[in-house]
Amino acid sequence: MRAFTYQRVSTPDEAVDAARTHPGAKFVAGGTNLLDLMKLQIETPMHLIDVNRLGLDSIESMPDGGLRIGALVRNTDLAADPRVRRDYGVLARALLAGASGQLRNRATTAGNLLQRTRCPYFYDTNQACNKRQPGSGCSALGGYSRHHAIVGGSDACIAVHPSDMAVALRVLDATVETLRPDGSSRTIPIAQFHRLPGDTPHIETALDAGELITGVTLPAPVGGVHTYRKVRDRASYAFALVSVAAIVKDDGSGRIALGGVAHKPWRDEQAEGSLAQGAAAVTPRLLAAPRPTSDNSFKVKLVERTLASILAERKS
Amino acid sequence: MKFDRAAGINPIDQLSVVGQPVARIEGHLKATGRATYAYEWHDPVPDAAYGEIVGAGIAKGRIETVDTDAAARMPGVRTVVTAQNSGPLSKGEHNTAILLGGPEVQHYHQAVALVVADTFEQARDAARAVKITYSSRGGAYDLAAGKEGSQPAEAQDAPADTQVGDFDGAFRSAPVRLDQTYTTPDQSHAMMEPHATVASWSDDTLTVWTSNQMVAWAVRDLAATLRIEREKVRVLSPYIGGGFGGKLFLRADVVLAALGARATRRPVKVALPRHLIFNNTTHRPATIQRIRIGATRDGKITAIGHESWSGDLEDGKPEAAVQQTRLLYAGANRMTATRLAVLDLPEGNAMRAPGEASGMMALEIAIDEMAEQLGLDPIEFRILNDTQIVPDSPDKSHAADPQSKAGSRSASQQGLAFSQRRLVECLRIGADLFGWGARASQPLQRREGRWQIGMGVAAAFRNNILMTSGARVRLTRSGNVIVETDMTDIGTGSYTIIAQTAAEMTGVPLERVEVRLGDSRLPVSAGSGGQWGGNSSTAGVYAACVKLREAIVQRLGLNAADAVFRGGFVLSGDRSVPLREAVRQGELVAEDSIEFGEIEKQHQQSTFGAHFVEVAVDTATAETRVRRMLAVCDCGRILNPRTARSQVIGAMTMGVGAALMEGLVVDKRHGFFANHDLAQYEVPVHADIPHQDVLFLAGEDPMSSPMKAKGVAELGICGVAAAIANAIYNATGVRVRDYPITLDKVFEGISA
Repeated sequence: MRAFTYQRVSTPDEAVDAARTHPGAKFVAGGTNLLDLMKLQIETPMHLIDVNRLGLDSIESMPDGGLRIGALVRNTDLAADPRVRRDYGVLARALLAGASGQLRNRATTAGNLLQRTRCPYFYDTNQACNKRQPGSGCSALGGYSRHHAIVGGSDACIAVHPSDMAVALRVLDATVETLRPDGSSRTIPIAQFHRLPGDTPHIETALDAGELITGVTLPAPVGGVHTYRKVRDRASYAFALVSVAAIVKDDGSGRIALGGVAHKPWRDEQAEGSLAQGAAAVTPRLLAAPRPTSDNSFKVKLVERTLASILAERKS
Repeated sequence: MKFDRAAGINPIDQLSVVGQPVARIEGHLKATGRATYAYEWHDPVPDAAYGEIVGAGIAKGRIETVDTDAAARMPGVRTVVTAQNSGPLSKGEHNTAILLGGPEVQHYHQAVALVVADTFEQARDAARAVKITYSSRGGAYDLAAGKEGSQPAEAQDAPADTQVGDFDGAFRSAPVRLDQTYTTPDQSHAMMEPHATVASWSDDTLTVWTSNQMVAWAVRDLAATLRIEREKVRVLSPYIGGGFGGKLFLRADVVLAALGARATRRPVKVALPRHLIFNNTTHRPATIQRIRIGATRDGKITAIGHESWSGDLEDGKPEAAVQQTRLLYAGANRMTATRLAVLDLPEGNAMRAPGEASGMMALEIAIDEMAEQLGLDPIEFRILNDTQIVPDSPDKSHAADPQSKAGSRSASQQGLAFSQRRLVECLRIGADLFGWGARASQPLQRREGRWQIGMGVAAAFRNNILMTSGARVRLTRSGNVIVETDMTDIGTGSYTIIAQTAAEMTGVPLERVEVRLGDSRLPVSAGSGGQWGGNSSTAGVYAACVKLREAIVQRLGLNAADAVFRGGFVLSGDRSVPLREAVRQGELVAEDSIEFGEIEKQHQQSTFGAHFVEVAVDTATAETRVRRMLAVCDCGRILNPRTARSQVIGAMTMGVGAALMEGLVVDKRHGFFANHDLAQYEVPVHADIPHQDVLFLAGEDPMSSPMKAKGVAELGICGVAAAIANAIYNATGVRVRDYPITLDKVFEGISA
């Protein structure tokens, strides 16, 4: 871990001010991912801005029936909220499928969105990684890539985003609220929040430097049966090989987002149009032109079968 | 004490303390954080500096330049140790690769430098500032590719090739044949406590507090490595947070802490960070195993052959994966072959049940496959081919049961007998308890919702190894008993069973026995490894206690022959004398060790068992979840059913890992284990482990020691993975011969 300075702020404005005056600074809340990465010097911020006391830790009901989730709401609290459990079951289930009880107690809503990939070559600083060191190459291509992307990857990076929560937010059409360093705020649809790697895998989100996430908004409940199926070798405490967040209505139509297959939560609203025709119809559209590696080519079929299983279970 | 004939009746047979389910005597220290582990010796060495190891960034090649200037100038940095300034070092007897590399690099993450600083954070930061350039040479990293050039290699003192009868002819002419190849991956011990050491010099004498299973080996190899006399080295290892064979040997943390402390004239502590452990230390080597079995149509094995290939660094050793096949099932014609390829991966070495754990993963699938071909229940097939005589020693007739009359022995009984072998009982009792009768003989017969259910069985087998073990016992003036031995407790319960042994022998209550372990100044013990520790170390304590009893009886002027030690009294004839009478003039001390003579050659000593598993396999995703498990064990007297059970359920858990998830993934381009942290090298978590039952067959083995106990901790892992593989087959009809059985390997073969 590099030496760094630390500052605790108490308002969002103070936070972005601090970020402006300390270029390269990082916000820290739960720290469940950032501190690990700092110990390995994969992240080397010179300055940390502790945002835990910004007060963004409540979940408010919105006039349109939706929910506004403060950036600092802990994963445990979000998953336990009665409104979330009642109206957004896919989110509660996704949260509880992730990490461990201890980590969920610390991890925040905003921090979960900003998790970084668990690609082994990203973590091993002896190895080439365009995400960690732009231009150095991608060791995962041609290397150990069982957990890696099958869609949306590039020649520069085939890493996946590790979050479960983000997959549920994607299927719920959440929006991310931010405060920019100039004091203005904006909302970013979750679909545009995470980026595909392209030639710049080190740029992972739509956030500008020093931009602070203040909350996440869920639209009014959409009904339907909410499912989050996380497929993994180990029964708990493992990242998804693939995960499927699904909201299916009585008529068989609905929404699907996938985890474990791409650099971002994966959803294709057009492909969803054929959901009522079953998994075999929707999967080729959802995973159009997949580019798996020899290690992870099974994931294409695994997505289809997991989805088929969800649809079958709904019917029974 | 020489142990060279079957144990007769002795004080342990009272079983008033031994054999009782006593809670760990040091348990409260561990539960309250007061058991001091290697990295936590703050009090004796309050001013320790911190060392951080730099691991090599390549697998094979040469260090061209090392620039430590920037690191040395960083805040708090005291020194940077490298091969250039360490002074000459040798290699320990049990090390294959050297522990401080440079200029040659032998494997990835081999230690090549140590940065010592005032604080841990300073050391860790500065370690990243050591700039090393390498010239990398291509190495051999692929076992399958290395198979071609592999060489015959002795495995754990067994010949590279063994032959009995005419295997080729018998196999060729057998009416039912199996010829299959199985693979097991490299595995990491993944113990909770990382390798850690605090080292402190006083003049030319070195003291290390470390985490090591074998204290005397550590002294020997540390002295050899540093080129100093053994007498100048003291090793303390009283508490160990798991070892599983990964801490049998001297490792880099010890050597570098010692070098750092010598260079800075200050105590230095070093722990291996988790991400270094997988490539820096040892691992269980991957194997490729070919098994051929020929049988008659009614299920008698006529030919059995087992070949194994594994890899290691130059001058390394093979995985002894074939050895149980020489011992487990009958069959007149047999062969084994052990081959070793030179690979430039990190050093392979012992991990829980080295040899059998890997070998049984393959053999017990093969047996299941063969039973299926024969149309036999897999339990019945095993019973049909049980043997009380070691099947590949037909000529060792000198070594039969001494109680049987030589003249009455039939030809088929000639050969080396097992001291005790109740495999059939394990299988039959287990089948009954587990409800084996409900298992469908064909796959795909039982479905519950989206889950396909199956049952599997495997035999368990692990040899019983006897090791010389010494101890010293004191009867203090206050009437307490103190046991001192360099034995280690790696979480197994050594403290407790040693205390039970001393309490039984001296007749004092358990709470009046103090046990001091893990210090090289104490008598040399068996140490902890190869499941030999429990039986051997308590036998050593028994031997010392026999001497102590003699001294007590003599001082009290009693008749030794009939003396009984009970309830703090010595009873002899019509006299009953308080034990404390014997120490009124001063404490009594006795020291002895147990030494095992020819007895090991008179009988084959092994432990047996049967594992039963029920799994559920998701019909869509092929995720496998174990639903229940049972192990029935035949391993002599159980010294403490509570700690023994913990050992077996831990081993069963490790077997679940081996079956379903554990595997170091070799990056064959760069020559290292790529998944080198606990997020990516998956071991079972609570959610993976269902209800586990353990049953120990009652009884004792008088050939094993005066304790009549045998090993148990490694038996528990042997066969588990195969039982799970067989259960997956029973559930799905998919036979996977390549571990771990991750969902992608099952998935293609099942239909939702």
